Amino acid sequence: MAESHAHVHAHAHAAPTSFIRKYIFSLDHKVIGIQYWLLAMAAVIVGMALSLLMRLHLVWPTAQMSWLESIWPTGAAGGVMTPELYLGLMTMHGTIMVFFVLTTAPQSGFGNYALPIQIGAADMAFPTLNMLSFWVTFVGFIVALAAIFVTGGAPISGWTGYPPLSALPEAGPGQGAGQTLWIVSLAIFAVGSLLGALNFITTILDLRAKGLTLMRMPLTCWAWFVTAILALLAFAVLLAAGVLLLMDRTAGTSFFVPGGLVVSDKIINHSGGSPLLWQHLFWFFGHPEVYIAILPGMGVVSQILSTFARKPIYGYRAMVYAIVGIGILGFGVWGHHMFMSGMSPYTAVTFSVLTMAIGVPSAIKTFNWIGTLWGARIRFASPMMYAIAFVSVFVTGGLSGIFLGQPSVDFYFHDTYFVVAHFHLIMGVAAIYGMFAGTAYWFPKMFGRFMNEPINKIHCWVTFLGVYAIFGPMHYLGLAGHPRRYSELTGVKFLQPLEPLQYFITIAAIATITAQVLFLVNVFWSMFKGRRCQEENPWESTTLEWTVPSPPPHDNFAGVVPVVYRGPYEYSVPGASKDYLMQTDPEGAAKPAH
Amino acid sequence: MPLLLAILIWGICAAIAIPFFTRTWWMPQAISAHARTVDDQIVLTTIITGIVFILAHLALGYTVLFYGKRRAGAATYSHGNTTYELLWSSAAGILFIGLTLMGTKVWGAIHFQPAPPGALQIELTGQQFAWNVRYSGPDGKFGALDIKQINDQSGNPLGVDAKDPNGKDDITAPTMPVPVNRPIEVILRTKDVTHAFNVPELRLKLDTVPGLLGRLHFTADKTGVFELACAELCGLGHYKMRSFLEVMEPAKFDAWIQEKLKEKSAP
Repeated sequence: MAESHAHVHAHAHAAPTSFIRKYIFSLDHKVIGIQYWLLAMAAVIVGMALSLLMRLHLVWPTAQMSWLESIWPTGAAGGVMTPELYLGLMTMHGTIMVFFVLTTAPQSGFGNYALPIQIGAADMAFPTLNMLSFWVTFVGFIVALAAIFVTGGAPISGWTGYPPLSALPEAGPGQGAGQTLWIVSLAIFAVGSLLGALNFITTILDLRAKGLTLMRMPLTCWAWFVTAILALLAFAVLLAAGVLLLMDRTAGTSFFVPGGLVVSDKIINHSGGSPLLWQHLFWFFGHPEVYIAILPGMGVVSQILSTFARKPIYGYRAMVYAIVGIGILGFGVWGHHMFMSGMSPYTAVTFSVLTMAIGVPSAIKTFNWIGTLWGARIRFASPMMYAIAFVSVFVTGGLSGIFLGQPSVDFYFHDTYFVVAHFHLIMGVAAIYGMFAGTAYWFPKMFGRFMNEPINKIHCWVTFLGVYAIFGPMHYLGLAGHPRRYSELTGVKFLQPLEPLQYFITIAAIATITAQVLFLVNVFWSMFKGRRCQEENPWESTTLEWTVPSPPPHDNFAGVVPVVYRGPYEYSVPGASKDYLMQTDPEGAAKPAH
Repeated sequence: MPLLLAILIWGICAAIAIPFFTRTWWMPQAISAHARTVDDQIVLTTIITGIVFILAHLALGYTVLFYGKRRAGAATYSHGNTTYELLWSSAAGILFIGLTLMGTKVWGAIHFQPAPPGALQIELTGQQFAWNVRYSGPDGKFGALDIKQINDQSGNPLGVDAKDPNGKDDITAPTMPVPVNRPIEVILRTKDVTHAFNVPELRLKLDTVPGLLGRLHFTADKTGVFELACAELCGLGHYKMRSFLEVMEPAKFDAWIQEKLKEKSAP
């Protein structure tokens, strides 16, 4: 025990006293976690605003919005959005959402906040590095914002930035300074993520409390652990690809640009490169990135379903194997983004089989979530509502992947709205429901106050209806062959009968985005005025963060080293004195779990 | 409250699923044998995923409705069941992987085999934001290309080399007339960035990757005019980059070729 004490103190640091060291350049993982969470909240507001403008333009392309001109004098001259402004908004919507929301809050936000406490540590393994990770990410966000407003406009090549469009400034407006800033932003973000990933992996491997074996870790920790490994391997590749693309643009190299191109009547002075090289590098990052976005949400939802079902998670081991399986298979499926690039059919079949195989661990997770709910005694608190909505959205978004993973079917659906529906549901909405759930669940721990429950519940189900009203009809657009990334719907005739669906989607988007005000107001109002949470464990959960005060002291456990006696989800144990046994509860510890 | 939630979950499930059955918004008509086999695969996939979709939502709604607080007694204490776990994952694995392997058969005929001999070769070149369609003419040979000779004004948007005799009878057009019921091989190229050949009625799509040639083949068996809409983001005019696949009777096609040749030889 004495040795463990020394161990904890070696990693703890003195509580800061100045405002700047306490709230701005803090080393405390809890403050850093909240900083990441707030950054994601700022980013999601920007990202949503961009999508709203896109939706408005799609159905009212000639509407004059003079305020638009004051923001983008050339992109919206006369208040009418140009195609290049639309594509710029689209690029930045995708980039901001994927990187600064979906990668930032679930992993770095909640992970930073809850992981060290859940494993019984005083802080992350490298607190200074942790602070650096956040501020690097923050700078990346500022650069991304600059790309939206820079002279010449935002880049128009989409969040995937395929060269030569992204490599040649001649290829379109926005492909000058905007595109360069975009690459720099991604590279900075990749550096921040790499630093964060190293910290997470080391923390989990080295700083677990006594008795907390790997197979006793909460599923949240497993998800953050595997996500960190994915981030370490994937962001390294994105960083390299970004540097090469930057060199193609500024240093005269030709990694991604072949010879013999004529752009805007100008012969391009590049030769020998391959646009496919970028696609491979990008998607080698890009597909694991999908799991980086969704795995933490799966972890949070597993934790919440078990807690509020008052049941052990169904098939804990299977859940762990599924997370690890998704992580491993996640690196073998990137080619399914490239079925349309002239890939050898044999290669495509291999990627397709691996893609279908990754459906199996996802199916296991779904099965186990429903298994956890089966025979439960559900407490319908708002975190549980968000978690139940997550399961629905995850199933819907996952199943459309079964279409897209088959090359024969993908030849029809590729680059249509069907794909837009698929990835928004599985990677966007599901992950965001994970964030809603995590926010509602950990809010009392983070701020010592509860969120307003009725408002959260209304928000949960209005948003649920809303996202299905937005992304449901996009499946039908895709079935009808509607290509994505079209800034106007007037250029192609077969799109005209589909316009009513587009109207419907825009109306649904306006309503759903408006409903998010409920959540934002609830968060900031509750932070200062919400009902006080005096107790340590308001949800009667079992994991370690619920053994410390709300909010926890600077070094979490006040120098006391927790000892773990059991797995994370011991609810409704027959013969126990209450309907949950915390991981640190010595009651009945001598007996085996069954 | 639980009843309301269950109705919401089931209602959403039904609202998403019903248009797939009624086919309110469905694929456009299929104009080749291959397109129809793709449709069969899509329908099969819809049925299988539809069953899983509906079962999952029925179960989710059921748990919300019947396992709430009003339920008597404590929750079941169970850590899961390995047999069920294995059964379910094997079933999912066989279903998913089986589906894609079946799809491979559908796909194989067109992508594992080259175009049949005697197929009419047509070269399709994308550029921001138009398609150029080239026919090799009576000699069956495409002329060499030289990017320095590209000149839109003089009617040589592709830069067909004036010195190459094979190019003398090459025909270029902004649209793509093809004879019905004859195998067509499309050779895809681009002058600038990546575009994508996309005719929904053929259920075919392929990127024009700069520096590479793409190859596709099809046999259209219905006449008509079908839009060819670019499917890969290529810049600000992406939304209006389109051409037309014009499937016509062979006699009409031959007449069109002859007329084009006559235009070309005229001063």
